[in-house]
Amino acid sequence: MHDLHSLVQIKGLRDGLLVSLTDAPWEDQQSALLSHMDEQPSFFQGARLALDVGTQILHVNEMVELRDQLSDRNVALWAVISESPTTEHTAQLLGLATRISKPHPEETPLPSKGPNDETALFINKTLRSGTRIEYPGHVVVLGDVNPGAEIVAEGNVIIWGKLRGAVHAGSKGDENSKVCGLDFSPMQLRIAEKAVNTKKERQILGPVVAFIRNERVVVESWKFS
Amino acid sequence: MAAQVVTISSGKGGVGKTTAVANLAVALATDGGRVVCIDGDIGLRNLDVVMGLENRIVYDIVDVIEGRCKLRQAMIRDKHLPELYLIPAAQTRDKNSVSPSDMKRICDELRLSADFILIDSPAGIERGFRNAIAPADRVLVITNPEVSAVRDADRVIGILEAEEKHSPSLVINRLNPNLVKQHDMLSAEDVLDLLGIQLIGIVPEDEGVIVGSNRGVPVAQDPKSRAGQAFRNIAHRLKGEEVPFMDLDKQSGLWDRIQKMTGRR
Repeated sequence: MHDLHSLVQIKGLRDGLLVSLTDAPWEDQQSALLSHMDEQPSFFQGARLALDVGTQILHVNEMVELRDQLSDRNVALWAVISESPTTEHTAQLLGLATRISKPHPEETPLPSKGPNDETALFINKTLRSGTRIEYPGHVVVLGDVNPGAEIVAEGNVIIWGKLRGAVHAGSKGDENSKVCGLDFSPMQLRIAEKAVNTKKERQILGPVVAFIRNERVVVESWKFS
Repeated sequence: MAAQVVTISSGKGGVGKTTAVANLAVALATDGGRVVCIDGDIGLRNLDVVMGLENRIVYDIVDVIEGRCKLRQAMIRDKHLPELYLIPAAQTRDKNSVSPSDMKRICDELRLSADFILIDSPAGIERGFRNAIAPADRVLVITNPEVSAVRDADRVIGILEAEEKHSPSLVINRLNPNLVKQHDMLSAEDVLDLLGIQLIGIVPEDEGVIVGSNRGVPVAQDPKSRAGQAFRNIAHRLKGEEVPFMDLDKQSGLWDRIQKMTGRR
């Protein structure tokens, strides 16, 4: 049996409580956290809780269960911070924040890990309104991007489906980034620091690629060559 | 006999969740089903008004949860349909008086004695919505053919998918075929194309629905109402029956026919 307090660390933040978990099994940590709360209910009543799960991979049902358990105790889960993109993605789908506004210790510029890194996030579903995907590389979507959904990628964005949401490619300033889609009517399109108001662009039928040419974003029909 | 728990949700307010719950309940109960409706909108209850039962409320769902009465005592029997019940929301409390596990517990208790449990979800995607979808076996997402309503429906569908609920079905409410023809309203195809989930019904715009809601007599009881017919069709589809979709262009009103004759669209 693990010692309760070594499993769960709780800190006060400006906008809530931050709970940091270790790599002990999820069930143990969850029950440790909940029993901790039941011991001092007055401290936790009405609190906003951010959960730092470290490298743990949390599945949707686990996150949902925890959120319900917390809400039973009148505690709101508002953020899940994770090093695993899968867990981050899950948290985003549930509408939870994945960053908290504290002075980021990671201010030290990462060794420019840009699109050259050849890493891509593959999303095998339609992105619906309210979903925001942020990724330090390329993003590939096999599905649609609906109005109200957002993709911010440091590299290219390829959408094998209809693009109707907002896309920002080359978000760290890479002007060689491209955005491709099978059906192209984004609400907003940005490449590096250049934006286009796509409502004014005439609708191009069929697959489309957008890129920067002469300091402007151009949207062209995809040519097979 | 184990009931199917169906939650009606939309994200945006005012698209017809409560009306849909009342009408589906009436349609299902008219066919002999035993139906329990639960008003999930704690603090802003109105399913009781639409069903015409407001003056019969003694206990509500929060009384059940907090142990002040038995579940049976909070179930109000409909005036006309003996197999239709309503569990009203509390008007003087808020959404935090109920938790998702409370809803699951109540539905599990009802499951054995009912065919359908219909839950009216509040607007929004916060606590009340979470409560309403927690016990659901099936969720109907209702939307109007308007960009804002469709956007919110999309968000709700995204959340349901993230919760790994059974894929929701779509109800398009208040469609006006004439406006669609004039390209002044999204068509059912436009909505479906964006949301990409299974369609379970299209309800045409019908003034009778508002009149019925105010009188506490849902239009599903009126055999002549087109909207009532659409709700009855959805009820049949909920029971797993195949019902063809209504042709909304056909049998349009007298005024439309006059307009057509005079060459105006």
